Order: sequence, then C-alpha cells, then structure tokens
Amino acid sequence: MTLLAGTSNFTTKFKKLMLTEFGKIFVFILTAALFVVVAIYVAKLLRPKRPTFEKLTTYECGENPEGSPWVKFNIRFYVVALIFLIFDVEVVLLIPWALVYKQLGIVGYLIGAIFLILLAVGMAYEWKKGDLEWARPKIKEPTLDLIKSTEIKKEEFKTAN
Amino acid sequence: MGLLDQEFTEGNIVIAKTEDLFNWARLSSLWQVGFGLACCAIEMMATSASHYDFDRFGVIPRPSPRQSDVIIISGTVTFKMAIRIKRLYEQMPDPKYVISMGSCSNCGGPYWEHGYHVLKGVDRVIPVDVYVPGCPPRPEALLEGLLKLQEKIRNESIVKKSA
Repeated sequence: MTLLAGTSNFTTKFKKLMLTEFGKIFVFILTAALFVVVAIYVAKLLRPKRPTFEKLTTYECGENPEGSPWVKFNIRFYVVALIFLIFDVEVVLLIPWALVYKQLGIVGYLIGAIFLILLAVGMAYEWKKGDLEWARPKIKEPTLDLIKSTEIKKEEFKTAN
Repeated sequence: MGLLDQEFTEGNIVIAKTEDLFNWARLSSLWQVGFGLACCAIEMMATSASHYDFDRFGVIPRPSPRQSDVIIISGTVTFKMAIRIKRLYEQMPDPKYVISMGSCSNCGGPYWEHGYHVLKGVDRVIPVDVYVPGCPPRPEALLEGLLKLQEKIRNESIVKKSA
C-alpha cells in the first residue's frame, strides 16, 4: 500500500515536470540560441585570426575604398520608405482577412472596408500633397533686396557718426 | 589567436586526427572568388558549368573574397589588375590558396617578351600554390590543378617539421 502511494506521488510529481505544448517550443528556442552561441564560440576558438589593414578595409571589388560608407541619402527616400511600410502592413493585415472574410460575414466585411477607406484617404492625401512625385519641388530662392540693405547700412553709418 | 593557428613541436594522435578533420573540411569546400580575367575565365566558367561540374569538388564561386578560400587567377595579369589582385588576395580570410591558370598568369605567356603592360607571372605579387599550364588550359586541366591543390591541403600539418 505504501509502495503504491509512493508511485502515485511520483507520477504526480513527474506530471508536474512534464512539458506543456508550448514548453516544447521553448526547448526549441533554447536549443536554437545555444547552437548559435556554441557554434560561434567554437569557431572563434579554432579559426586562424590574422587581421591586417588590407583585410579589414571595405571591400569595393579590389579598388581603394572611396570615402565613408555612411553616405547621406536623399531625405525623399524617407517618404517612399514610409509609404512602402504602410502598404506592407496593409497586405499583412488584409491577406488573413481575405482568407476568412466569408465566415466573418457582414461585420468582418465592414471592418475591412473601414480599414481600406482609411488607407485610401491617407493615399489620397499623399497624392494631393505630392509625396508620390519624385520630381524636386521648385525651390523659391530667398532674394536679397540690395538697395534696402545698403540704405540701412547708410543709416547705420549716419547714426554712428 | 586560434587554437589551431599555431605550430606544435611534436604531434600526437589528437593533433593528427584534428588535422585530418580540418584538412578534409578545407579541401572539400574550396569556395573560389568569382573572378575572371581573360580567355582562361571562359574555360573556368565551362568548368563550373554542368558538363565538368566544379561543384562536385565543393568549388562554388562567391561574390566576395571575404567568403572565399581559393582564388583562381584565370588569365592575363596586367599591371593595373595586379594591384587589384593583390588587394583581393589580402582581403581573403586565412587559410587561402591560389591557383594560377594559364600561361599568362604563370609567366606572362605570349606577353613574355614584348608585353609592356603585363605582369610576368602572378607569383610576383601573390604566392601561388598550383600552376596550371595551357593557353588556355582545358577544363580537365583546371580540374587536375584543383585535385593537386586538394592533395596539397590534405598533407598540410600544424606540427613543426623536424630538421
């Protein structure tokens, strides 16, 4: 009897230790992280390491590297990237919606429609504002009124003397 | 400094087995720099293509010297190109190997006497492991050169040779 009680105690303890379904995924994640760390560390331990100036310079097909790789990009790329991101997110959200939208019924349809309308309004605004056009907007150059400034200088000269 | 990047004064079974493993690994995946110079490069491409299939020896062209183990100097090395070859070679990670393919890169070839612009052999700028003769060498000859290089790597040792 005592033995039996002991085993039942053991099984409950074992059940507590057993992994849940998500626990298996956790073990996977842990193994993946460990594998990367161990592989990189072992490689670092074994590989030859003979750094020279030439080896560490930027690779430009054998040419001398010209300037820093940290060049300034045109700020207009920012708008393009932002618009791309918005439509990317739209696709990510809409594909699952499109797959099940018959089951979702009229409510699902309306929610999707509102989302699309909001995006369309945003797109219309971008278009109106001219963010979709690549051509550089005309810059109104500041002009210097020479006569007035010389007059001011004359007045300054008068007051000074 | 890496553990295997040093010379041991005397070998033992552990070193010998590790050496074998590393040599085998190195010779079985000799990634080449995707780099062609002249008409020999056409033969090199033919060697890479399906008929001669360089890939069966683990040789695949890489777009960067950072990922490569071997550079095949395939063609005429002009003085202008020699500077670039030197830099590409320097930018490859150790251990690195060089196959000189064709007469031009072996010794200057037809430009030996009157080529005012040709380097008389690529071994004047970088150390060459295997010379493949021919003008240009057939793909079989290049394969032979690669096998010779593999043989060389197989016999490499980190144990200091006794005098």
